[in-house]
Amino acid sequence: MTSELDDLYQEVILDHNKRPRNRKKLENADRQAEGYNPLCGDHVNVFLKIEGDRVREVTFEGSGCAISTASASLMTEAVRGKTLSEAKELFGRFHGLITGEPGETSDGPGLGKLEVFSGVCKYPARVKCATLAWHTVKAALDDEGEVISTE
Amino acid sequence: MTTTSQPTITGQATNAFDVERIRRDFPILSREVHGKPLVYLDNAATTQKPQCVIDALTTYYSEYNANIHRGVHALSVAATEAYEGARLKIQRFINAGRPEEIVYVRSATEAINLVAQTWGVENIAAGDEIIITGMEHHSNIVPWQMLCAKQGARLRVVPLNDNGELELDEYERMLSPKVKLVAAAHVSNALGTVNPVERLVELAHAQGAVVLLDGAQAVPHAAVDVQAIGCDFYALSSHKVFGPTGVGALYAKYDLLTKMPPYQGGGDMIASVTFENTIYNDVPHKFEAGTPNIADAIGFGAAIDYVTAVGMDAIAAHERDLLEYATEVLSSIPEVRFIGTAKARAAVVSFVIEGVHPHDAGTILDLQGVAVRAGHHCAQPVMLRFKVPATVRASMAFYNTRSEIDALATAVRCVVEKFN
Repeated sequence: MTSELDDLYQEVILDHNKRPRNRKKLENADRQAEGYNPLCGDHVNVFLKIEGDRVREVTFEGSGCAISTASASLMTEAVRGKTLSEAKELFGRFHGLITGEPGETSDGPGLGKLEVFSGVCKYPARVKCATLAWHTVKAALDDEGEVISTE
Repeated sequence: MTTTSQPTITGQATNAFDVERIRRDFPILSREVHGKPLVYLDNAATTQKPQCVIDALTTYYSEYNANIHRGVHALSVAATEAYEGARLKIQRFINAGRPEEIVYVRSATEAINLVAQTWGVENIAAGDEIIITGMEHHSNIVPWQMLCAKQGARLRVVPLNDNGELELDEYERMLSPKVKLVAAAHVSNALGTVNPVERLVELAHAQGAVVLLDGAQAVPHAAVDVQAIGCDFYALSSHKVFGPTGVGALYAKYDLLTKMPPYQGGGDMIASVTFENTIYNDVPHKFEAGTPNIADAIGFGAAIDYVTAVGMDAIAAHERDLLEYATEVLSSIPEVRFIGTAKARAAVVSFVIEGVHPHDAGTILDLQGVAVRAGHHCAQPVMLRFKVPATVRASMAFYNTRSEIDALATAVRCVVEKFN
């Protein structure tokens, strides 16, 4: 098949779509946020357990396309164990990767596994799929108690 | 001055439907997407435009651009003739009884809103009921919800069976003297279902209810005769029938139209204005305040000329073949499940692919040059009814071919492979 297709749907994405990690409701979550993409109807809930200034546990619930499911799954792996400020900084760099505007954070450490989403920036229609879980976790980190919309 | 140039249809020259010759009239169909020939199967979202429609716009702007209904100069006269000429074309296209029954609007959506805000406000009272169906586009749901909320009326919904057809027994039971309006799609945009509109009208009229039909998805596929259907209002859109965006039409029975209050106030909708009193213009101008979308109305007329020359019956026959073929080839893919299997259907196939979200399918199809809609099709209640988040919808037009359906099937197989 075309290389464009393989660039977008990399094996890691397909794997996390089929077997999403940390997809469960977190009982006794300290913080929680809900994200919604009105364009496609995707819903995601993100749950956080915070210890001190560190994210001890992070899970999500919801379903959507492969890009949004894999993005939520990989987000939970990336954010776990980070401090609140590290996690927010990671959001900024991931957002830069997806929207094709790395900006001032491009000198920072690599995004590791998250770089599998680098192909998404070529598909404006799908950018919101990749960023929904990240906008939602940022809202949870900021403790904004409202539904986050991608619009 | 060229204001009514006849379209050159090479396709109707022979008895056989010559789709390759027709395709040459649509410049966009020869382009490539992602390095693959464009396979455009998103016609229910909007249709492509033949060269004669594009030319009609260019000719208007380059040769006789002027405001209408007011100038004494040559350009204004030519523009007025072309604009009113297009109204006659729309009238004949849907067989309305007289040209005054055609009101220009921005879109089918505006046509429905116009009825809700004029006829609706005047005729719907507290305790009245409005019936819509379970397959409506949001544009035929929300205006009625707004009207019901304002007037204290009740909105009721005719349910769908598992094939995506109306449950007519249930509809009959819902009808009562309380029902003042029935608003239904002629053809469903999400499922392709063709509703038995004559029967809907007959039953509604027997109870004294007025009927509005949303014909946006019907007019591109087959000949429509509003007098034979007997409906009171019929909404249609230019861009769904190979014309420009930004213009549509409301058909309304003359007797109803003359009793309706105006929609918007302004120029062109008045006969005379003083600070003490304003006398409204005659219908349909009473509903057309302000300088209208002159160019696109003329383009709409050119599109009607084009499809009329191809022949609506020939179009319907070609599309019937495409629908049968698409159903056959997609059925051979085990992972494909159709949503909407009504017996009477326009050339639309809506489906889901097991284990694949429609948005992923839509992107992978796009990478192979196949343009479809993946989403809820502005009909979220339909998605809820069939318990799917979204569907992939391939909607065909008379310029599509069997080999394009093959390209769709190949692309769908590629989706299946990628995800399994």
